[in-house]
Amino acid sequence: MQGIRDRVAVVGMGCTKFGEMWDKGGMDLIADSCFEAIEDAGIEPKDIQAGWYGTTGTGATGQMVARALKLEYIPITRVENACATGTDAFRNAAYAVAAGIYDIVLVSGAEKLKDTGFAGLGAGGGVGTFVEAPSPPPVQFALAATRYAHHYGLSYEELKTALARIAVKNHHNGTLNSRAHFQREITMEQALNAPMIAWPLGLFDCCGVSDGGAAAILTTPEIAKKLKDDFVLIKGLGLTCGGMQGQLQDWYDFVHFEEDVTAAKIAYDEAGIKNPRKEIDLAVVHDCFTITELIIMEDLEFSPRGKAPDDEAAGTFTLEGELPVNTDGGLKCFGHPIGASGLRMLYEIYKQLQGKADQRQIKKADIGLTHNLGGLPGSFTCAIAILGKRD
Amino acid sequence: MAGIVSYGAYVPLFRLGPGTAGWTAPAEKAVASFDEDSITMAVAASIDCMNGMDRSTIDGLYCATTTSPYVEKQGATTVATASDLRRDILTADFTDSLRAGTNALRSALDAVAAGSAKRVMVTAADMRLSTPRSELEPILGDGAAALLIGDERVAVNVVGSYTLANEILDVWRSSGESVVGSWEDRFVVDAGYRSVLPEVISGLFNKYKVEAKDFAKVVYYAPDLRRHGEIARRFKLDDAQVQPPLFGTVGNTGAAFALMMLVAALEEAKPGEKILLANYGDGADAFILEVTEEINNIRNRRGIKGHVAAKKLLRDYQMYASWRGFVQVAAAARRPEMTMPSASALWRERDKNIRFYGVKCKNCGYQQYPPQRVCTKCHAKDNFEDVRFSDKKATLFTYSMDYLGPTGDPPLVVAVINFEGGGRAVTMMTDRDINELKIDLPLEMTFRKLFTARGVHNYYWKSMPVRM
Repeated sequence: MQGIRDRVAVVGMGCTKFGEMWDKGGMDLIADSCFEAIEDAGIEPKDIQAGWYGTTGTGATGQMVARALKLEYIPITRVENACATGTDAFRNAAYAVAAGIYDIVLVSGAEKLKDTGFAGLGAGGGVGTFVEAPSPPPVQFALAATRYAHHYGLSYEELKTALARIAVKNHHNGTLNSRAHFQREITMEQALNAPMIAWPLGLFDCCGVSDGGAAAILTTPEIAKKLKDDFVLIKGLGLTCGGMQGQLQDWYDFVHFEEDVTAAKIAYDEAGIKNPRKEIDLAVVHDCFTITELIIMEDLEFSPRGKAPDDEAAGTFTLEGELPVNTDGGLKCFGHPIGASGLRMLYEIYKQLQGKADQRQIKKADIGLTHNLGGLPGSFTCAIAILGKRD
Repeated sequence: MAGIVSYGAYVPLFRLGPGTAGWTAPAEKAVASFDEDSITMAVAASIDCMNGMDRSTIDGLYCATTTSPYVEKQGATTVATASDLRRDILTADFTDSLRAGTNALRSALDAVAAGSAKRVMVTAADMRLSTPRSELEPILGDGAAALLIGDERVAVNVVGSYTLANEILDVWRSSGESVVGSWEDRFVVDAGYRSVLPEVISGLFNKYKVEAKDFAKVVYYAPDLRRHGEIARRFKLDDAQVQPPLFGTVGNTGAAFALMMLVAALEEAKPGEKILLANYGDGADAFILEVTEEINNIRNRRGIKGHVAAKKLLRDYQMYASWRGFVQVAAAARRPEMTMPSASALWRERDKNIRFYGVKCKNCGYQQYPPQRVCTKCHAKDNFEDVRFSDKKATLFTYSMDYLGPTGDPPLVVAVINFEGGGRAVTMMTDRDINELKIDLPLEMTFRKLFTARGVHNYYWKSMPVRM
């Protein structure tokens, strides 16, 4: 297998402000983010040969992007893979460039969530018997938090403290980001005393539900060199899908997500990474809930098993820490318009590698990782992308 | 001779009583939870009744209630399916009368006596509603009884019966109405209960040449405690002869009431004893019962005694009022309305959802729920046998509590459970005290109503802490 390493370049990216965008519809979010990426790449819309559109529910088909940008009769594929949708759209576009089918492609991800009239992602709709336990994400991820505390012998207070540190860190990072949904510091006390949403997870353990769009322009390294000096290269892409193993198998432990571990292995092998904690300079991961970020730190081998709370306490993952995580505020504060989230993460890595992350800029940013997790503990889609500076 | 082969009962966990904020009556009564109805209570009683028995030996199920969730669509088929009975059986609903329980009993006895069935399950369940704060409200309770009728290994022979039909408008509820109506109490009692119940008992005595002193226990319906006492005095029954009615603990459970009292009597009955059973409603039924040695082989049931002992007091009347739809309670968070389930999907998944079948891999032996096409452990394809998970014990692996989710008893507890013998399910937990939750808590499954959408009642299994 040849792999994707250094064969596809990111030459342009765009990202809207995330949040409650009452005055923006889905088409606006697509247009705003895509035109920013096109301008950043220094190309014209007519240069785009193919597109991939990631959304879980904001319009159907690839036509959404053609309608928003008035692209004239080019192939556009709609991608849906739960919360990993944006990254999977990016992955498929990268493979088409690597295969030599196209020279310049567009990836768009957008989600208009705030027109539903209720908080959270809701549940229901569709067709079926509706006998399954209600699956709002907080309730399902909280199952992992309860078990994590039991498995590692943490008291309720110790668990809540470990989780609160993650919320406080990501809220701080969000204050440095003008495009983030939430831009306000919180204290440990606020996090610990927040109203309960899905015990043991409180309000500040849960990420924002937001509207937003993000986009990328991909091309070959050869063409990228003609467009700009500070393009970024794809180093590795990993994607795995669970098959309900954790919900069927009574030996599944609920304190690690096998989909993370397997997707990370694919991406690390492709990127040639042997020691993730040392070799990766920053990561933007799927902190849909604080417990998710805690477990991801262990699944990605940033922390040893059961030791992520210690690393959080030591400040390992803060902006000034050894391995900054969620420098842009994460899902927690940047927000989570599902189809756009993976591309928003890539946007942050892209900016950090270019040294254009303003107040959030970390000192050394050569290799960055993004991580998405879609679904529920017991059956996830996990997508990981690793980007690096050009040689 | 046809008779009772086994008995079982169900009383909901929750009570209204002194200590419930907003409840002014001195006595307790049992109330079905927000996710229970006459179907789910009948299933619980039926399963209690079948404890340790081969379910495939049952040839029919008669379901008695005045509070069937559907006006058109049989309850007995749902009860029989959730009880995991065979499909080649006779199912029938006995409805519209407080006497429905003994009507069903009589019909089951006749079917077995006639040889058209070897064993018939009779369930009786009710959850009648009265106007909030009415005189009737403290009296009416919710519950169920089940009797398995057969002609082999009979624990209680039915040696005689006598019946009266009586046209009277004493209590009624028209189609579309939710609360029980009644005529003036003086007339209702004089011309109805106080006249007809003694008439059927005396008729039974005359027909079989027996008298009150022949019976170790006398079990009979009464609308309330006062009328119950009047009958005892009228027939000069000793205190020891009178089966205590369930007023003050469970309440008058309508079509299930007399049979629940009978189950309570059988829990204490000794071989050789005679029991008189009498029931009232649009006439009256009376039976002479005789207990055999087999009674000692069917003691391991929760029955009335077990269910009455294991109870929890509701915090406030408001919660009960919201369960019954007397008051509207806003959900903690705005969520989408429940969607009506698909009838074709419900039909396709009826064994999974109603019988609660999973599968066991014939290749590697791992049992899993819900049913799969490919084994999650060894990947063998389409090589499974059905396994009933509804009566398997389980333990709590992990859980969370949804403080915003739609439930009548917040927070909604979502529980990942591991079944004895293998297998896992992600379940909703009901009838739990959140202060008692801990990992490894022993659990069992219980058949409940998830929600009603556009007139469709959606039933499924939930987990709950082992009741006792």
